Amino acid sequence: MYYSRLKLASVLGVCLLGLLLCLPNGMRKPLPSIPWRQIHLGLDLRGGSYLLMQVDLQSLTHDRLQTLSENTRDALLDAHLGYQNITVDAAKATISFMPRMASETDADIAALNALPRAVPNEFSVSRREDGSIALVLAPESIRVRAREAVTQSIEIVRRRIDGTGAVDPEITRQGDDRIVVELPGISDPDRIKALLGTTAKMSFHLVDANPLHATYPPQGVSLLQMADPAEGGALPVFDHVDVDGSDLTNAGAVIDQQSGKWAVSFSFDSIGTHAFAAVTQTNVGKRFAIVLDNKIIEAPVIMSPITGGNGQITGGFDAQKATDLALMLRAGALPAPLSVIEQRSIGPSLGADSIRAGMISLGVGFVMVVVFMVLFYGRFGWYADLALLANLVLMVAILSLFEATLTLPGMAGMLLTLGMAVDANILINERIREEIARGRTPLAAMQTGFEKATSTIIDSNATALLAHVMLFVFGTGPVRGFALTITIGIVTTLFTTLLLSRMLMARWYARTRPTSLPV
Amino acid sequence: MFGRPLLRFVRKDTHINFMRGRYMGLIVSAVLSIASLVLFFHPGLTLGLDFRGGIVVEAQTPGPADFAKIRAALAEHGVQHASFQSFGAANDVLIRLDAGSEQDTQAIVDKVRHTVAEALPGTTILRADAVGASVSAELFRNGMLALALSLAMILGYIWFRFEWEFALSAVITLVLDLTKTVGFLVLTGFEFDLVMVAAILTILGYSTNDKVVVYDRVRENLRKYRTMPLIDLINLSINETLNRTLGTSSTVFLASLPLALWGGATLSGFAWTMLFGIVVGTSSSIFIAAPLLLFMGEGRLKRGAKSGKTATSST
Repeated sequence: MYYSRLKLASVLGVCLLGLLLCLPNGMRKPLPSIPWRQIHLGLDLRGGSYLLMQVDLQSLTHDRLQTLSENTRDALLDAHLGYQNITVDAAKATISFMPRMASETDADIAALNALPRAVPNEFSVSRREDGSIALVLAPESIRVRAREAVTQSIEIVRRRIDGTGAVDPEITRQGDDRIVVELPGISDPDRIKALLGTTAKMSFHLVDANPLHATYPPQGVSLLQMADPAEGGALPVFDHVDVDGSDLTNAGAVIDQQSGKWAVSFSFDSIGTHAFAAVTQTNVGKRFAIVLDNKIIEAPVIMSPITGGNGQITGGFDAQKATDLALMLRAGALPAPLSVIEQRSIGPSLGADSIRAGMISLGVGFVMVVVFMVLFYGRFGWYADLALLANLVLMVAILSLFEATLTLPGMAGMLLTLGMAVDANILINERIREEIARGRTPLAAMQTGFEKATSTIIDSNATALLAHVMLFVFGTGPVRGFALTITIGIVTTLFTTLLLSRMLMARWYARTRPTSLPV
Repeated sequence: MFGRPLLRFVRKDTHINFMRGRYMGLIVSAVLSIASLVLFFHPGLTLGLDFRGGIVVEAQTPGPADFAKIRAALAEHGVQHASFQSFGAANDVLIRLDAGSEQDTQAIVDKVRHTVAEALPGTTILRADAVGASVSAELFRNGMLALALSLAMILGYIWFRFEWEFALSAVITLVLDLTKTVGFLVLTGFEFDLVMVAAILTILGYSTNDKVVVYDRVRENLRKYRTMPLIDLINLSINETLNRTLGTSSTVFLASLPLALWGGATLSGFAWTMLFGIVVGTSSSIFIAAPLLLFMGEGRLKRGAKSGKTATSST
């Protein structure tokens, strides 16, 4: 029952600190140097878009297998081993081929096993029943690749989104192969979806001039479609990449001087400039294809060597398309296509309505609980209400400190916390009543009341805590916000009821020494 | 002002013989839970977007919403099988589509948004959600996992703090509460989504809390009255904690009520379910959990001195 001055000061100090931490909400930051942590409004309150994107694992696997199959060919050739029917199956993550002779099987397997692995145990090589040899990627190595792809993609996604001028975008990883993009204030995410849905892998290839190859492309030549079907049918293009889009240093949307149409101008770094100059010097008069995501944007004829490292693409763009392509080229290519698998967008008016509804409910609920406590528990009810107010303040303070995101279910969580928080006071007060009824003195009744109620309070809060921690772990989006506020609420409740309201009651007793308790 | 309490639920010398209704309580509960199970299988829960996947677009049209016009415009753009529903005001419309393939779902939501905005100029899109089939299956799995793990952890915790009779009767009661809540959801047609899982978990947390308080008192009385028959002892414990039980359920009820009334479309279903759960959870503490403890614990529960298992902070 006795509270030292130090204890009193520290409890009040925590409450004051809480009040201080609440201040930044709803205020502008006055000085840049002071720390200023605020609660963020969730997309459901603020309006905006939520996109859940998944990295295309199949495409990642396919890209890796493609490289490995080229390595396989080279390795077998170097070892003077023959092969037939080399096939790549991305769905099964397998490369397979038939050895020239069964006696060479062991040599083939040894040659493949000697291939450089990107990660340890990246793949295994074995002989299959039909005599063919199979190289299989380990699932773990695909996961590692997906994780790396997500890490790279997040950086590129951020650059692309920043380029559109979106405010406060949040880009986070989820699991091995997913990216969450949150765009406050953007309730029509079409442009961003289009920007993120394009890999933007650009490369420059020579066009195979042999007319026969347009129908029957040999190995090392692929038939690629034109991006704009109006430009004509497919062209046979050499697979060999002469210049890579990753060697670009800059790109911008411009209006072409001659045609007056929108175009994208670009400039290479020294490697790109060098490569570009070399190709254009030796291939004057040939067609040079600019390929973006496996489609030909254009395939102009090289008129003269280009040594300055600058170029221009005119692909029948409008202003928006040219701007976006330039943005994507600047930001870099995604390692694999990203596809949207979940999308939620909320308009600003709905968000404002939700805030209003949440605030009204919070206010009305708070007042009703306050009134209830006073009617049923008198003076001790007032103390419980003071503790309740402190509880609300501390909840807001902790949420601000964590810069947590407040969602509509999160507001519901705060309200429920307020309803549940007074449970501890009710337990204490009822217990004191019982003890008085048993004929104890006020002091003894309060003491026993506090003591006996404490174990009950801890038990009942611990079970609620368990349920909500589960919800936080397995929930997503706004529901997590709910679990978070309730979890924080349980902690602040234990503080305000076990320390603050109890202290208020004890101080009142010490001050007045009443002969009977107001219960 | 208001120094002394003005109201109180029951007088301090209240002795209601709750245990007289023990068979009645269990029978009523069993009937309600079986009825809920029947409802669960037929017609079943209305799954929300989170768990069913698909598309939901909410729009506010400048005049009263013209469903036929929107339907025609959508059909023109190849979007069929959309269902329409009005909510709130007359100019609000809710458009739903079931999930197709992942890419389709994402492409169609944009199409719907643009078509509605074009067909009825001045339309505001309040919300546009699209959840792919794989994501919805995953969300459902996670939701169920959260429910199952919470129940398991509650069982474990009560077992740890009390004895197994307490833990088992609490969890059986919680499962009965849960089935009734499912029945309530089917009857009201509230959509079952992640927010509802949150509501159910909160109800479970609240309901457990309520049982723990009664059990706590039973345990205390077991030590105090070594020879009192268990039925009287449980009755006494319920009566002693009755003011608290009613008090806390009232404050949680009062806190949830404004959400049900003014919480808006997202939260009112959540809040009504909470209100239902509070009533069910409070009554089941008295009429289900206590009789179950009586049946399971008769002659078994330890009396008298503290055993190693029953922790307490009383000093």
